[in-house]
Amino acid sequence: MLTVEGLRSRYGRIEVLHGIDLHVDSGEIVTVVGANGAGKTTLLRCLSGVQPVTGGSITFRGELLVPVPAYKRLRRGLAQSPEGRQIFTNLSVEENLRLGAFLFNDERVEKDMDDAFQMFPILKEKRNLAAGGLSGGQQQMLAMARALMGRPSCLLLDEPSMGLAPIIVSQIFDVVKGLKALNVTVLLVEQNAFGALKIADRGYVMETGHITMNGAAEELIADPRIREAYLGI
Amino acid sequence: MSELLQFLFSGITVGAVYALVALGFTIIYNASDVVNFAQGEFVMLGGMITWFAHAQGLPLPLAALIAIAATAALGVAMNKLMIEPARGAPVVSLIIITIGASIFIQGAAQLVFDKQIHSFPAFSGDDPIRIGGATILPQSLWVIGGALVVFLALWLFFTRTLLGRAVLATSNNRLAAQLVGINTNFVMTLSFALSAAIGALAGVLATPITLTAYSVGIGFALKGFAGAMLGGMGNPKGALVGGFLIGLFEAMTAGYLSSQYKDAAAFIVILAVLFFMPQGLFGRKSTDRV
Repeated sequence: MLTVEGLRSRYGRIEVLHGIDLHVDSGEIVTVVGANGAGKTTLLRCLSGVQPVTGGSITFRGELLVPVPAYKRLRRGLAQSPEGRQIFTNLSVEENLRLGAFLFNDERVEKDMDDAFQMFPILKEKRNLAAGGLSGGQQQMLAMARALMGRPSCLLLDEPSMGLAPIIVSQIFDVVKGLKALNVTVLLVEQNAFGALKIADRGYVMETGHITMNGAAEELIADPRIREAYLGI
Repeated sequence: MSELLQFLFSGITVGAVYALVALGFTIIYNASDVVNFAQGEFVMLGGMITWFAHAQGLPLPLAALIAIAATAALGVAMNKLMIEPARGAPVVSLIIITIGASIFIQGAAQLVFDKQIHSFPAFSGDDPIRIGGATILPQSLWVIGGALVVFLALWLFFTRTLLGRAVLATSNNRLAAQLVGINTNFVMTLSFALSAAIGALAGVLATPITLTAYSVGIGFALKGFAGAMLGGMGNPKGALVGGFLIGLFEAMTAGYLSSQYKDAAAFIVILAVLFFMPQGLFGRKSTDRV
């Protein structure tokens, strides 16, 4: 579904992605794990089109994605729940969700919103409140729900566990795991390698702008090098 | 008593012009957090181009339409040539760019047109209407009506239309707006076009009363800005109420104090707002949690 080949990107003169190769097949949950500063967020920003690509290619459902501007990529089926959540803080929870469905104007919007509220009941309670007043965990839920309102076939998730309490993290990872049943393919970028690999089918390990290892998630969890470097075991 | 009524009428008339300028500020501010200090030049161009086209023999309504369209096109050019290339720069830098644009437009208008004061005929004649011992010009009713109609249209646009919500979303978080599928460049272009057109409309409506010249823009910008600040930046309702209040305050100052202090009224309001209620009358409290 999504194929990345030799992807390069830079901030000014400093190259941060030195040729990334990865692929995500339809229906999979694939995770990219790695330490802070490895380039994971830059990779996702390249995929959603808000970060310039300086080399390599991105193919999504058979179409070259690099020349497509960011605002058109959701129309192709690619949604992102970005780093730092990036919700519309001045608008209400419900308005955030409606903007997630900006591209659509049909009855399914209401149904999708009901589904989102079912997925994250707390958002229903707070639907008329300004999103800026939500807690970190609720904002993360809103960011994911908003991305899903765009009816993506593939969801890019950037660090959904960042800064959240363990109980919220496991709740969010459960939802990610459940996306499979909704036919949403997931590319999950995480520092929380253990949590991410536990729900993923396959994983990639990223270090300073390179992919250094990849394989089935359970193999990576069992690998002594990974256990030492990322799982703290 | 009729004296007070007369000051009220003149206050509401200039207030309507300031309200239109303030509404222009509101749109660009909502889309980009930028306060566009060239807003007053749009008012000047509306008046000057209409005068020029009318003086060439075009009928007044056509001249006014040309003025509004040309000014809107200039607003788009300003966004494309000055604001868009500087995207990513801090908001303060963008505001300084708009001040530069304002000086540039003023200089260009001085060259293209001239340095004289101009006007064109009022739309519905010059016979004052008598109400309770005071008089009001028919043109004043045009200005007041124009401000109300524009306000209503904008209010519907921001609250009821998808595109209006896209403008609000773009101002709140440009990255997120792109991610939900909003073409943020188009939103910016649209805002500048709309804002410039509203400014030009204010110039068209007001010129038969206030007269126009290449240099009138700054005054309109400052007073419209004072109105927008007083009402709460970014809120169309605030812009409308703030603009009218500034006009009334100015008319009362001129009437009961001295017309020499008239222009100080707006500045006193700006200072008072900054000191005592920076959010303005209708500004929303920001609720960011980190």
